[in-house]
Amino acid sequence: MSDEIKHLENLSNALTVNQPIQEEQELTTLNLGPTHPATHGIFQNILQMDGDKIVSGEQTVGYIHRAFEKIAERRPFYQITTLTDRMNYCSSPINNFGWHLTVEKLLNIEVPKRAQYIRVIMMELARISDHLICNSILGVDTGAYSGFLYVFQEREKIYEVYEEVCGARLTTNMGRVGGMERDLSPTALAKIKDIVYNTLPKAMAEFERLMNRNRIFIDRTVNVGSITAERAMEYGFTGPNLRAAGVDYDVRVMEPYSSYEDFDFEIPVGHNGDTYDRYMVRNAEIWESLKIIKQALENLPEGPYYANEDHYYLPPKKEVYRSMEALIYHFKIIMGEIEAPIGEVYQAVEGGNGEVGYYLISDGGRSPYRLHFRRPSFIYYQAYPEMCKGLTISDAVAIMSSLNVIAGELDA
Amino acid sequence: MLSNQEIVEELAAHFGDKVLGFEEPHGLLTFTTYPDTIIPLLQFIKESDRLRFKFLTDITGVHYPDAQGKEFCAVYHVHSFENGIRIRIKVYLPKEDPSIPTAVSIHAGANWMERETFDFYGIIFTGHPNLKRILNMDDMDYHPMRKEYPLEDATREDKIDALFGR
Repeated sequence: MSDEIKHLENLSNALTVNQPIQEEQELTTLNLGPTHPATHGIFQNILQMDGDKIVSGEQTVGYIHRAFEKIAERRPFYQITTLTDRMNYCSSPINNFGWHLTVEKLLNIEVPKRAQYIRVIMMELARISDHLICNSILGVDTGAYSGFLYVFQEREKIYEVYEEVCGARLTTNMGRVGGMERDLSPTALAKIKDIVYNTLPKAMAEFERLMNRNRIFIDRTVNVGSITAERAMEYGFTGPNLRAAGVDYDVRVMEPYSSYEDFDFEIPVGHNGDTYDRYMVRNAEIWESLKIIKQALENLPEGPYYANEDHYYLPPKKEVYRSMEALIYHFKIIMGEIEAPIGEVYQAVEGGNGEVGYYLISDGGRSPYRLHFRRPSFIYYQAYPEMCKGLTISDAVAIMSSLNVIAGELDA
Repeated sequence: MLSNQEIVEELAAHFGDKVLGFEEPHGLLTFTTYPDTIIPLLQFIKESDRLRFKFLTDITGVHYPDAQGKEFCAVYHVHSFENGIRIRIKVYLPKEDPSIPTAVSIHAGANWMERETFDFYGIIFTGHPNLKRILNMDDMDYHPMRKEYPLEDATREDKIDALFGR
């Protein structure tokens, strides 16, 4: 009752003697999401606001949980590839090849150099398209729309390459256990060369001219959502977000897979771990990826594009029609009757957002006994309320963009 | 650079028979410990100047319904950036009391990993600040990744396991 009287007194004072309304310290609860246009995905954040400052927040995740780990326990190994590309759908080929590498490690398959190089080219194209999306959308969220349109043309070209290489654009299911399902066609090679030598560097240079020294963009991003290197490591950050905080951890360099040791490239790092650093690290990584693709194209080895592993790699169709043996293998693989050896494997690849890990336990059966995906978004997204503390909603949106949280990867 | 052998020696010197079952599947050092040792162990390997396992890569669970007294397994992957080496720590838990102390005080990132493991396997992380479901809905009353919940509809007769996969 006394509260109400106080409130009325406040109001009447405000009206009569023109005093400001003195309210008690009261926090506003605000729902950001789950379907908010600025969050680019299904994220819910229940924020406690003091005026327009964020005091604390709690994320709700799991809106698009699809039980991939459970489904994987009943699928043959080759069918699990289609689950992996639905995780980080901005760079599906990286997830696909990560899974193939895991199975190849379990089966002890040595993939020919040519296939490894083709994989590197595709993975780096995927990384570029992932970073392009992240950075250009960050521009959109901070009010710069046109940069987004320039680089999205390039992303479209990368998707055309996917289409040429595997027939699909978004959920690629690229490659097979033991290599690639087909060689790079001359058209695909021409398209990749056009992107790498011609159109992408120009578009990127234009994009960087628009954004990097843009006064408004700098004001919106510098010192927004910074995180120290120690804190980022405690929270399990990986990928560009960790490197922006100054830790030069990159799976491609620390545990090279798929011949990454053959290429000469640098790991860009930032200083503050703020939104601007994350943006700059991603931009620099696009240039490094271009460098890797150029080297891979120049040194692309001749030879087979798949390993000679009859038990695991589908025989060519021509042979299936002519030879009895090939027909048997074809049937066994398609029906999922191939048994994997007993084993336990952890394979990490550097995804668009950081270390994508595959923890596979095989009990000698036709599908995994247990398969766990280490999803970088899921792990670093828990730091989000801490990074938003004391900032405004518009900053929170920019931070979420720059973290590149992908709903599919978050919820598996 | 640190080798697996050196890590084994260092751990055996500090924890004696509390660490056991050392093996190296595909080169990754794997060993088992007990629920009451896991927190001192994670603390030790994080703070030791020699080992420097400062990065917690992953926590997950596994269910072995046929293993008596070891039905659940919590698996920790820990990474030392400075030494460029990973290890895998396993803790087996009985189904009567699948509880293990939380690692949140050592690695802040363990928070959601433990919530996920709890959500799917029902492994209780004692002392966790906010142990509730994360990916599944709150009113779910079972832990879906346990092996007793088959993926396929059990009433279907057209799919015979012996013929189709598992």
